[in-house]
Amino acid sequence: MRNRNATAYRFLAPYLLIFSVFWVWPIISSFIISFQATRTVPWRFAPGFNWGRLIGDPAFFNALKNTLLILVIQVPVMIALAMVMAVLLNSPLLKARGLYRFAFFAPVVVGEVAYSAVFRLMFSLDFGIVNKLLNSVGLPKIDWFSNVTPAMALIMIAVTWRWAGYNAIILLAGMQSIPEDVYEAATLDRVSKLKQFFYITLPLLKPVIVFCLVLSIIGTMQLFTEPFLITERGGPGGGTETLGLLLYRQGFRSLNFGYASAVAYTMAALAIAITLVELWLTREKQ
Amino acid sequence: MSSLSSARLRRSIALHLFLTPLALIWLFPLWMMVVFSTMPDNGIFSPGIELLPHGNFVDNFNNLQRDTNFVGAIGISVSVAVTYTILSVLLTSMAGWALARYQFFGKGVVVGIIFGTITLPYAVVLIPQFIMVARDFQLANTWVALIVPPLFNSLGVLFMRQSFSMMPDDLFDAARVEGVKEWRIFLFVALPLARPMLAALAIILFLASWNNYLWPLLINSQPGSMTAPVALGTLIGLTKVSWGGIMAGAVMLTVPMLIVFVLLQRHFIAGIAAGAVK
Repeated sequence: MRNRNATAYRFLAPYLLIFSVFWVWPIISSFIISFQATRTVPWRFAPGFNWGRLIGDPAFFNALKNTLLILVIQVPVMIALAMVMAVLLNSPLLKARGLYRFAFFAPVVVGEVAYSAVFRLMFSLDFGIVNKLLNSVGLPKIDWFSNVTPAMALIMIAVTWRWAGYNAIILLAGMQSIPEDVYEAATLDRVSKLKQFFYITLPLLKPVIVFCLVLSIIGTMQLFTEPFLITERGGPGGGTETLGLLLYRQGFRSLNFGYASAVAYTMAALAIAITLVELWLTREKQ
Repeated sequence: MSSLSSARLRRSIALHLFLTPLALIWLFPLWMMVVFSTMPDNGIFSPGIELLPHGNFVDNFNNLQRDTNFVGAIGISVSVAVTYTILSVLLTSMAGWALARYQFFGKGVVVGIIFGTITLPYAVVLIPQFIMVARDFQLANTWVALIVPPLFNSLGVLFMRQSFSMMPDDLFDAARVEGVKEWRIFLFVALPLARPMLAALAIILFLASWNNYLWPLLINSQPGSMTAPVALGTLIGLTKVSWGGIMAGAVMLTVPMLIVFVLLQRHFIAGIAAGAVK
C-alpha cells in the first residue's frame, strides 16, 4: 500500500465527480426541497408546509400502512422460502442440481415490466390461468384486482416470485463458505441434520441473513413497479398504493416536488431505522 | 450399509418430491410468458386452459411494433446498456483500485460515505436528480440522461476494492521498479488479473441497465427516446392493445437474458453472491 495522494485521487476523480453531482448534492437538495413550497414560482421556504401536510394526510398513512404490511408479511416469507431453496439446493442428495437452480434463479434476470405483464394476464378474473386452474379443482374464482386483500396478496406473490431466488443465491453462497469439517465433526458426534441446521448453519449464516433482510427491506420500502403495473396504479382504490407509488404520483404526476421529497425522506428514515435495529439485534446476540 | 443407503434413498426421493413441484411453480410464469406470446388475442381470452404454444408470435410481434416502435426501443436499450456497462465497470474499478492499493488523505471519509449510501433508498435522490437532469442540464430524452446518473454504484466499488486488495504487492512493485506508470499498471496488470470479477460485475450492471424502469420512465418519456421496458410499460393496462404483442415484447426482453444466464451462470451467481447489485 503506497502513500500517493495525487495518484489515488486521479483514479477516484471521475467516480467522485458523479457521486457528488448525482448523489451528495441530491441528498442535501432533497432535504431542502422538503421544506419548500414548490407549487409557487419561485419556490419559497415554508418549514411546516410539506411536513405538516404529511402528518395529516390520510393518503400518506394509507401508503405507509400498505408498505409496512407488505414489509412485515412478504419479506420474512420470502427469506424463509429462500432459505429452504438454498438448503435443498445445497443437499448432496440432489440430482440434476443445475435444472433446479435454473428454475429458482431464472426470475433474477426477468425485468419488472415483463413479469408484471405476465402476472396481470395469469391472474385476470375470467381469462387468467390461475382462476381457471382454481375452478378446475372445484375452488371459486378470486377477483384479484377489485378487492384489496387479494390484490395485496398478488403483489406479495409477484415480489416473492421475482426475488426469492436472488436471496437464495446469496444464502447458498454463504452456506458454501462454511467449512465442511464443522459438519463432519457434528456428524461424527451423531448430531442430526436438523440440529446441525439450527446450531451450526443458522448462527454462522446470520450476517448473510441480515444482509438479505436489509437489501429486501430497502427494496420493498421503495416498491413501485408492481403496484404501478400489476394492480394498475395502486388499485383498487388506493388499496395497494405504496410509498414508492405515492412519491411518484406526488412528484411526477402532480409535480409537487416538495411534498414528494418529504415522502422520500420518510422512506429513508424508516429504512435506516429498520437497518439499525437489525444490525443492533445481530450484534446483541453475538 | 444397505440400511444406510436405503435411508439416504428415501431422503433423496422426499427431497425431489418436494423440490420438483416448487421448481415447476417457479418456472410456470416464464412458460406462460412464452405461451401467451405465441397465441392470438382471442386465444389468450378464451375460456379454455391453454398450456402449449401456438404459432402466432410473428403476428403478435407485428402488433407490438405497430403499437410502439419496439425495434427502435430495443436498439436504445442495447446501446444504453452496453455503454453504461463499459463506463461503469471502468469507473468502479478505478475507484476500487484507488481504495484498495493507495493510502491517501481522506480515505476513511470516502470509504465511509460510499458504504453509508448502500442502505440509503434511491428514492431520496430521485427528485433532485430529475430536476437537475431535466431542468438544469436540459438532458431529458437523451442517452446521457439514461447513462450518467446511474454510474454511481457503491457496491460495485466495494466489490472491486475487495478483489484488488487480495492481489499480492510484489506483482505491482516489480512493475514499479521497471518504471511503469501507475495507470499502466492498473490497465495492463491489475485489470486483467481481476477478469473473473469484472465479468461478474459487467453482467450484473448490464442486467440492471437492461431492466431499469423507474428512471428511464421519468426521464425519457418521449416516444422516440424510450427504452424497451418503458415502451412495453406504456401498453400495460391499456384496453385497446394486443396482449399477445405485450407478451412478445416480454419474451424479447427476457429470453436473451435467460440464454446469457445459462451460458454464464457461474459469473452471474458470483456477481450476485458478491452483492454487486442493489
